[in-house]
Parts: sequence; C-alpha cells; structure tokens
Amino acid sequence: MPDNYVGQRVKRTEDPRLIRGLAHYVDDIALPGTLHVAFVRSIYAHAKISNIDTSAAQTVPGVVAIYTGKDIAEKIGPVPCASALPELKVPDHRVLATNKVYFVGHPIAAVVATDRYAARDAVDLVMVDYEDLPVVTDVEEAAAGGPVIHENFSDNIAYKLTAGEGDIDAAFSAAERTVKQRILHRRLAPIAMEPRGVLARYFPGEEELTLWSSTQIPHLMRTQVALMIGIPENKLRVITPEVGGGFGSKLNVYAEEALLGWISMQLGKPVKWIETRRENIQATIHGRGQVGDIEVAFKNDGTITGLRYNVFADLGAYHQLLTPAIPTLTGLMLSGAYKIPAIQINITGCFTNKMATDAYRGAGRPEATYVVERALDLVAAELGVDPIEVRRKNFPKPEEFPFHTATGLDYDSGDYEAALDKAQQIAGYAQLREEQKKARAEGRLIGIGVSTYVEICALGPSQAMPAGGWESATVRIEPTGKVTILTGTSPHGQGQETSFAQIAADQLGVNLNDVTVIHGDTGVVQYGIGTFGSRATAVGGTAVYVAIQKLKEKANKIACHMLKTDASKVSFEGGKYSVQKAAAAAAGTSDPVVPVGEAPAGALPEPQTEGRSSLTIQEIALAAHIAKELPPDTEPGLSATYFFEPKNFTFPFGTHIAVVEVDRETGDIKFLRYVAVDDCGKVINPMLVDGQVHGGIVQSIGQALFEEVVYDEQGQLITGTLMDYALPRAAHIPEFELDRTETPSPVNPLGVKGVGEAGTIGATPAIVNAVVDALSPFGVRHLDMPIKPENVWRIINNDSRTV
Amino acid sequence: MKKAINLSVNGVSHSDEVEPRMLLVHYLRDVLGLTGTHVGCETSLCGACTVMVDGQAVKSCTLFAVQADGAAITTIEGFAQNGQLHPVQEGFWEKHGLQCGYCTPGMIVTAAQLLDRNANPSREEICHGLDGNLCRCTGYQHIIEAVEYAAKKAAG
Repeated sequence: MPDNYVGQRVKRTEDPRLIRGLAHYVDDIALPGTLHVAFVRSIYAHAKISNIDTSAAQTVPGVVAIYTGKDIAEKIGPVPCASALPELKVPDHRVLATNKVYFVGHPIAAVVATDRYAARDAVDLVMVDYEDLPVVTDVEEAAAGGPVIHENFSDNIAYKLTAGEGDIDAAFSAAERTVKQRILHRRLAPIAMEPRGVLARYFPGEEELTLWSSTQIPHLMRTQVALMIGIPENKLRVITPEVGGGFGSKLNVYAEEALLGWISMQLGKPVKWIETRRENIQATIHGRGQVGDIEVAFKNDGTITGLRYNVFADLGAYHQLLTPAIPTLTGLMLSGAYKIPAIQINITGCFTNKMATDAYRGAGRPEATYVVERALDLVAAELGVDPIEVRRKNFPKPEEFPFHTATGLDYDSGDYEAALDKAQQIAGYAQLREEQKKARAEGRLIGIGVSTYVEICALGPSQAMPAGGWESATVRIEPTGKVTILTGTSPHGQGQETSFAQIAADQLGVNLNDVTVIHGDTGVVQYGIGTFGSRATAVGGTAVYVAIQKLKEKANKIACHMLKTDASKVSFEGGKYSVQKAAAAAAGTSDPVVPVGEAPAGALPEPQTEGRSSLTIQEIALAAHIAKELPPDTEPGLSATYFFEPKNFTFPFGTHIAVVEVDRETGDIKFLRYVAVDDCGKVINPMLVDGQVHGGIVQSIGQALFEEVVYDEQGQLITGTLMDYALPRAAHIPEFELDRTETPSPVNPLGVKGVGEAGTIGATPAIVNAVVDALSPFGVRHLDMPIKPENVWRIINNDSRTV
Repeated sequence: MKKAINLSVNGVSHSDEVEPRMLLVHYLRDVLGLTGTHVGCETSLCGACTVMVDGQAVKSCTLFAVQADGAAITTIEGFAQNGQLHPVQEGFWEKHGLQCGYCTPGMIVTAAQLLDRNANPSREEICHGLDGNLCRCTGYQHIIEAVEYAAKKAAG
C-alpha cells in the first residue's frame, strides 16, 4: 500500500475538542443526583487506630453516609497485586485502613455528601485517635531489621531476587580493573496534570454498574474491580473518558476505584471522587525509589567483562498492581547497549511506611540505564579516555542482532554506532570538547554528557507479562463507508486516534477523516490490555494492521463476486478493487467515478455493479451489509477482529548529548545544548514522536535537577504540594535538537518499536553525566539526583556540610 | 448565607446566588457547566484553571466567585469566534502543543494574554510568560512553537 498518511506529520484529530475546552474528563461528566466522596486519610506514617468518631461529621448538612474500614473493608476484596515473584510477601491491602495505618495518606474513612464542599467539611470533623508506632522510612534500615511493619511477617523484606547470566564471580576475580559506585534513585511523583478521579453509577433494576475512571487499563480494571466488589464482570462497564496524562500512575487498580463502585451499589446513586493534588502526591503511586551499588569489571582497553548491581528497592507499605515487579525490569536492562558477558542483579525489595512505588514512565528501566550509563563514565574516568570511546568499544555490531544479553533478553535489531555518529555530528562533539577546554582555561564550568541507551518496549509477549501482553483491534467498515476502529489500547495523550487512523487510511485507501478510533470503553471495545510500556503502537497498532488485512481478505472475495471475476484478476489500490486492465477490456467493463459516502437518506441503494470494472472498498462494505449479492457461504457485514501476540519485545535505542554550564557564583545549572538522536523503528507520525521525546526528556530534567518526594524520619511527606515538589517549567528547558535513525523492528509487520519512554530513559544519565563532567575539575566523579544548585555550590566552595 | 453575583461569561450575562466560599473555578464548572477550565492543583501553581477576568489571565482556583461579581470573564469555550479558532488555538493544533490536553485551556488563555502584551515575543519572553503554567506531557517545546506560530499569524 502506498503511504499517504504514514510517516507524515498529520495534525491530531483529537485536538479540536481539546483546544476548544469541549472534551470530557471524568470530573466534566455531570449526572443528576450525583453524591460526592471525600476521604479521611492518615496523618501518621505508622499508627494504631484506637478509635474513629464520626458523630460530629454526621451532623454536617448534606452528609449522606460515612464508611470506615472496620465497617466495610472486609466486604470488599483486597487491592490487587499482579506480580508473581517467588516467595513474595503480599500484605492484606484493604480499601480502607482497618486497625492500623501504614503511610501518610492511607485512607481511613469515606464521607459521602450532596456536594464536594460538604464532604470536605465533614472529613475535618471525623475524629481519629491514633497510637504512634515506630516508623520505618529508610530502605536499607528496613532490610537490616528493626521494627517490623506488617506484624504477620517476620521482617520488612518483601522479596529477594538474584538474576543474570555468566560467571560473575570469575569476571570480577579476573578483572584487570574495577569501579564501584553507590547510586540513589529518589522517589518521584508522576504528577499527571489531571489527578485521578472516579464516577460510579449503579442501576439497581438492571444491576449494572458503570465506572468512569481516569485509568490507562479499563479492561484490566473491570476484571479486578468486578472480583473485588463481587459484581459479575459482564455487569460492570469501565469507561475512560478523556484522561489527562498517566505516566504509569494510572496503570493500576486503586482502592478508591473499587470503593466508589461499591458505594454506588449501596446507595443506588451516582457517586464521584476527584483526587486533590495533595492526595495525588500522598496516595497515587510513586516511581523509582532505589538505592544500589553498581560494580563494573573491565579490561585496561575498556572492554567490560562483568557488571553487578546490588539494589534495595523501596516498595512502600503495600503492593499496588506491579510494585514488586518494577525492580525486576531494572535487572532485565542492565546490559544497556553493550556486550557484557556476565551480569548479576541482587534485589532486596523492602516495605517502608510510605506510599507504594510502581510504574512511572520507564518503570525500572530508567534506573538500569542510569546506573549503566553512569558506570560507563566512571570507567572512562578511570581509564582517562573519552566516555564515547568506552561506549563504542562495547557496542554489539548491527550484524550481531538478534543480540542475546546476559540478562536473558534477545534485542531485536539495532545500529548503535549509527545513532551515536549522528548525534556526535549534530552536536559537533569534537568541537564541543575543544570549546570546553578553552572555557575551562577561562574558569568557566562547561560539561558534556553522553548517554547511549537501549530500552525495552512493546510490552510484551504474554509469557513475560502478569496478565496478557497481547493487544486487540476490531476494524469495521460501516454501510456508509465510514471506518470504525476499536482498539484495546487506552491512549491518554499519545495520539493514537490519529496514528491508528493513519495506518487504517493508508491500508484501506480511504480518507483519514472517514476513520474513527474508539477506545476506553469496555461496553463497546473487545477485551484489551491498555496503554503502558511503550506498547500501544507496536502491539495495538499491529493488531489494527492485521485486522485490516483480515477484513480485506473478505472484501476481496466479495469484490471478485461482484465484479464477476476471480481473485487472480483483481488488485486493490487506492481504496479500489479493480479488474486488471486486460481482463476488463475483454469483458467490456469500465471504471466510472462513483461518489462514496454520499448516499441519500432512507433505503440504502445497492451498489450498481453492471458494467463496472472496479469497486471501492466502501461500496463493498455497503454490499456486505445489504447482503443481497454476496458470494455463497459469506457472512454479512464487513469487520474483522485480531488479537496480536508479539513474539518478542522491541528494543529502541539512541544517543543523547547534553551540554551544560554551571554558574560558579550560584551553583545554577544551565543547558547550552541538548541533542537527541532516537531510533524507535519505523515512524507513523514524526510530529507525535517528537512530542513524546520532548516530554520524556523534560521529565528527565525534572528527575536529574529538581524532583524528589521527601519523607522525613517520622514518615511525614514534606513535599506534599506543588509548592514543595518542583516540576520543570518552560523556562527550565533548552531548545531541543532532535533527529532519528530508523532501524525497523522485525517483531511486527509495521516495523515500529515504541517511543513513549525513550526520553525518560535516555536523558537522565546524559544530564547527570554533563553536570559531573562540568564539575570534574573539582574531583567530582558522581553526584546523586536531584542535583540542586546548593549541592553544586558546596562542591565549588569546598563546603563539606551536607544538605 | 448565599450572595448574589452578576457577571458576564463569554458574553452571556449570569445572575446567581453562591456560597461566599465557592471558588470561581467551581462556579464556572459546576454551576455554569463550562468544564473546559480545569483544576490541577489547589495551590495556584499549575495554571490549568486560568481564565480571563476583565482582560487579565487569572487562576480561577485562587478567586472566589463573589470576587468576580461584575466582571467580564472569558473561558476557553469563548475563544473560538463564529467557528473560527483563535490564533493561539490554531497554533496549538498546528504545532502539536498538546498531548493529554488537560493543561491546554489554561496554557491557551495565558499565551493569549502574553501575546496581547507583547505581539512579538522572543523565545525567552514566551518561556517567562508561561512560567505559571505546568505541562507534564509536551516538554514545552511545541507549546513555545505554538505561541510563536500564533504571533506570526496575528502579525499577518
């Protein structure tokens, strides 16, 4: 098929509703008689609840009901954890706290009232008596012993896991050189601009419950919530209206989602809860949260022979959906873009009195890329060579793909040198190093940081996933010729309403505006998995593509019948099935232009086939629905469904180069350049790919320089609002210089790999490497994130006081 | 004790009785049903709730509805005129200045004011002008380009 749309910078079809303020997020849906829910949440990190007095709160005008954990928690199943690791300890995670609270923000009671102000008033009047318990916040202390958080377990270690291939001990005992570095990955708050929110409506007569939720996984949520609250799955409909960002934080099933459904069933009325930003930072999952030691064994010529990462993962008090699995993804990606014969990860996952960590954009892989890319710079510093030299030395060559890593993966395709060459060329790397030398001589602190990353995308084969890694699509052509796509993915800003329509318009030879992509409604769309892990296009887009091929097989059969010829004489091009010229001439048929999709209202006219040598696929769709002229044994209608199971992950890669200058007076860090060359395989819409990369890099800037969820020793969250949790703003960013190389993936027929997380994976180490490079004249070899001006200033001024 | 307020929103007059503590953003969204204005934080830091109040871009989560008594307000729903997008709206569409769209109405309102005050802003001036609005998706570059597009468009 010719690509009229694929590969083009097609403007998004989503945008007209969004830029005019006419889209509907959960809180924009108003149902008559809706009651509002607000939560009483723990103000302590670890305490026994000795009493809850709701009597004053009950008297607030408008209050309808107050539910506490003791009353109801046992009536609703536990909040699910889908990770199945050997000997994993799974605490009993109820939707409301019962006897104890385990983190600040732990929900204790739900207040239901006629409006949101009344509900909040009543929350303030619920009196909870707490008895303090010892608090565990430090992950290494949690592992070492001390107070045990969950009394039914013997310690705070949720699991230990060792993984990797190759003889790691031999690699280190035979090593010519080694480096070792302790590295912190602070907790981060995903901060989707739209906080979470749920609207639940139960119809007692029909016994049907509808949940509108701001989620990335409507179908998985339907299954889990149905099990939790005991409603048949086919009586529960989950709708994701417009979703204002997720970044992994909405790849989950939360207590509030099940509880709202249950409350609506109790009261027989619609109930709504919209998370406040304070609640969002307290009680929506955090990302990262690792402390580890990276060790590298290498030869004097820079060849890496072994890599070991001993890591403590701060899991928080409870497991959310994927909490324990995230550090295992770190283990999978420890080979980075390099040939490393022996790799080992030792994970100790620990409970702490904090909110759970879980998937945040990158989900375990940014941690791996960060430690590997930092380690390579340490190797380069140790050998006194340019960081790029060490990277080139250890790249696998393009002909070595599929490339097997000592972490057990098979990288699909790659040309790491090509991306590095291009980035070096755009940045003018050699020139930059010269300028840096000159600047240093003048006393200016300029740093250049490089990261040559690989990421694992298109999650993923079902064998490697907790609950299915395939994705589904239905494609149908309606009687009027309009194309409807139902996708099991659940886009929330990525733009698949446009990019999937681009694929379909090209494959069917129709106008882009004739295609509508429907997603995020379990009452309409066949079962799907959802949007996360940079999977939507590579897995879900492939499902769309293959479903279209199935649909065309049927259309082809109908076309042959209608054109009274056989398949060998018909071809499909430009949206038309045509009898080949010679055959048409012999039959005396012609190819008149017939307008499509403009049939008059009323009875649908049957396509006129007499004397025709071609038919559009849209005319065939009409014929398939009228069903008077179909080949024998052909089902009426024109639609196809396909569930695509990928055989492997995909492995995008790229090179990021950051150039920064550090202000000697203030310690401030300013970007001078930022070059990113990413390879995400074939590109459907370059504009959307650029947008994904920009957004990811800026989240990396946040992680590297600003962001940190801070709990004090008492487990109090002291970055509880956006006043304290610093996010990057427009003035913080450099003008990005983006480019691409294109190495198609052999894993799917579209050749696409995925790009949603590339920025957060590739950029963080490039930025930190640049700042470390800038400060290397002071003997700096490593700095932990976020690198704040204060820390930098202390280094420059030789001030040893810690912050 | 409810208070009576009279104000104009997108050129339409409204008279309502509201609780004194009702935030302007909740009045616009819950009473008038203009849900294009969003709430993204409760500390006036994200800018998702930005609307025009008497020609000034204002965070409507920081104002009570009673404080807007007598004001002329324009929300995102009032930006397109007679089916014609505002140049800033057009810029956001052309330059892919939005992904999830949640911050977008506030960004558009702020950008419009920025251009009202400075028809030909530099990149630095645009970044400074957008400093009160957070976006978590786009990384801002396409937003900056959208504002540049709108400035060019308005200059003809």
